[in-house]
Amino acid sequence: MSRFRLAIRAPAAPCAAAIVFCLLLLASPLRAAGEKFAARQGELAVAAQNDAPQRHVPRRDADHHSLTDTRWQWPTWDDFVSVVSLRNVNTLWVLLGTTILGVSAGVVGVFMLLRKRSLAGDVVGHASLPGIAVAFLVCEAISPGAEKSLPALLVGAAVSGLAGVLCMAGIRRLTRIKEDAALAIVLGTFFGLGIALFTVLQSIPSGNQAGLDKFIFGNAASMLGGDLWLLAITALVVLLSCALLFKELSLVCFDEDFAAVQGWPTFLVDTVLMGLVVLVAEVGAQTVGLILVVALLIVPAAAARFWTQRVLVMTLLGAALGGLSTGLGTILSALFPNFSAGPIIVLTGGAIFAVSLVFGARRGMAWRLITLIQMRNRVGRHDLLRAFYEALEKSSARNGKPAAAAALTERSIGLDDLLVRRRWSPPRLRRLVAAARRQGLVVVDQKQLRLTEAGAAAARRAARNHRMWELFLIQHADVAPGRVDRYADQIEHVLEPDVVRELEDLLARGYPELAVPASPHALEPAGGKP
Amino acid sequence: MITRTLPAPLPISDQEHPGSCPLSIHDMTVAYHRRPVLWDIDYDAPPGKLIAIVGPNGSGKTTLIKAALGLVPAASGEVRFFGMRYARQRGRVGYVPQRESVDWDFPVSALDVVAMGLYGRIGWCWPVTRRYQREALAALARVGMADYAHRQISQLSGGQQQRVFLARALAQSADVYLMDEPFAGVDAATERAIVEILRELRSQGKTALVVHHDLQTVTDYFDEVLLLNMRLIAAGPVEQVFTSENLRKAYGGKLALLDEVGHKMRLAGGGQ
Repeated sequence: MSRFRLAIRAPAAPCAAAIVFCLLLLASPLRAAGEKFAARQGELAVAAQNDAPQRHVPRRDADHHSLTDTRWQWPTWDDFVSVVSLRNVNTLWVLLGTTILGVSAGVVGVFMLLRKRSLAGDVVGHASLPGIAVAFLVCEAISPGAEKSLPALLVGAAVSGLAGVLCMAGIRRLTRIKEDAALAIVLGTFFGLGIALFTVLQSIPSGNQAGLDKFIFGNAASMLGGDLWLLAITALVVLLSCALLFKELSLVCFDEDFAAVQGWPTFLVDTVLMGLVVLVAEVGAQTVGLILVVALLIVPAAAARFWTQRVLVMTLLGAALGGLSTGLGTILSALFPNFSAGPIIVLTGGAIFAVSLVFGARRGMAWRLITLIQMRNRVGRHDLLRAFYEALEKSSARNGKPAAAAALTERSIGLDDLLVRRRWSPPRLRRLVAAARRQGLVVVDQKQLRLTEAGAAAARRAARNHRMWELFLIQHADVAPGRVDRYADQIEHVLEPDVVRELEDLLARGYPELAVPASPHALEPAGGKP
Repeated sequence: MITRTLPAPLPISDQEHPGSCPLSIHDMTVAYHRRPVLWDIDYDAPPGKLIAIVGPNGSGKTTLIKAALGLVPAASGEVRFFGMRYARQRGRVGYVPQRESVDWDFPVSALDVVAMGLYGRIGWCWPVTRRYQREALAALARVGMADYAHRQISQLSGGQQQRVFLARALAQSADVYLMDEPFAGVDAATERAIVEILRELRSQGKTALVVHHDLQTVTDYFDEVLLLNMRLIAAGPVEQVFTSENLRKAYGGKLALLDEVGHKMRLAGGGQ
């Protein structure tokens, strides 16, 4: 197992940090702050019920919607059917909206991840808070007590989110402070300012604060027709920009310097990407909240990375997994209405990430484990066949020439003959023999083992590779003949045909196509070795 | 203040026709955070030659290339490629950055990386069409990597990765190449391949400036050498410039520089 390592490589590291960060946040979903909003939340839900028919009406009692309400129950079968069959038109709209959001966030997230700016989405999210508060105060000053217009709040959020990102870039560029510290400074300061402003505006007696907490905690369920349009336009902008600038974005993500040398305006490309992030983050904040929006961006992209080695495929997968996680999360949150939808959506994404981590086709852990097991099986098979060859070598040789494949199949040997040739335990040897038998390399007849034709050819190849490698080590790497066996053992199993060809060239073509060179060192039973 | 001890580089026959000088650097000084890294560099690269840029660690070899390409802002001085500013000659200049400068775990294939050298010709928003893929494949074949075209780049050896970078610059079919340590940490096969490519480029009348760290092979691989240690120590044909005297000056490091300054101060101030 020592070779089996969970290698989360460089680009995965920042996103892993982002994921851990989000999970930490989820662990105590701002309960303390939540309680403050709880009463208002309850009112909101009631308001939502009385307000307009097009709102998604919570199916249970309004007071269940409160964050302080910890009671919950499994959905009944009827609930399940009615949600999954999308009989409720509101659920359908919400599902459509969140899925669109998930797709656009997934696409932008892929480029963020590849640009190694995973946490920029987090900065945008946190830095939006003061902008929302300021926009609210401005609206309040213009028309006190009125319901605040969503576009105004969104513009405020976008402006301050962008300001946060620019501050971070400025700090990084103009000082010697590194990126991670710049991020912590900007994120903390902006969020602190936002919270301070929020406490101020909550104390405004006449203020209609409806819709504000939606930004902080997200509220997918209260999606309106206008929100859906906003999401659709966002998705259109995101998908169109990423499709048109796919080549340019990948180039800047991979090799910024080369892009600059080639005359690509890397700053402009970066700005477009950052603009898309701000767009998705602000629009997405209404669904999952400002604090969790980074997960919407990065988690699907990080999950997609486990399945592919191509940017294009990764982008498409990011979109698919993003849509899947938000869609699935929305359905789950409809089944469990006591839980806030945002965290459920984010957790669904986390689950999809976990599945990708383990089962990802290219880099998943399970795949690596299978490769490792296959490798071990191959090594065992080579060892067995080579032991076979060595046991039969002397008796099958004709006129000093190496044993022909046909000669190898004629004689049979007992298990004990093989057992002394290497240091392997009897159970392991029996397992190897059984495997070889299944593969048609060996036949067993009354406890005597005999190579089949295929087995004989494979045995010759195994012995040949081993000895060629040994000769190479002795002749070209100055390894002492006494130690060469063990060194060769470690590498011969991974010799590819072109390496074997190169070895043949190197060893002065002294060994015709099929012949096996004689062993460069004395062959003795394994027991005799130190 | 250090004054240059060498006269300006030997006048090159066609200096009067600045259009044919692949790279000319005039009075260039580069500083990071006020600390000068390159000091008052004057250099005209002769056309059709293989030029090694040699100097100890931290002598500004990489900075010289980056400043010439505008990746690092120069505090003063100017750079001309074939007599014009770089921005107008991008197509004629090929750049091979250091291998460590990118993340090789990036999800692209060798062919994708080579195609990046063609993006400038493909233009905004257009995808890499089959025609350009064929061109990229041809460039990969030139460095002996055609068989690895569809491998993800992290599955290539260090030498193979270096060859992919070289192929990306070749795909551009530039006239002057700037290469940053292409021989660093590569296997023998790659070293042979790169040398072969360099000679091929020279036979086509192209120029290559190569940051090189292996002093032993300078005479074998290169025609000209540029010795650098914060300032230009010497430049010219290998046999004239690559002398132990010049090398001592370049590699004597700061000590040699201080010696020289002290010597000058003694001369100027009458000694202490």
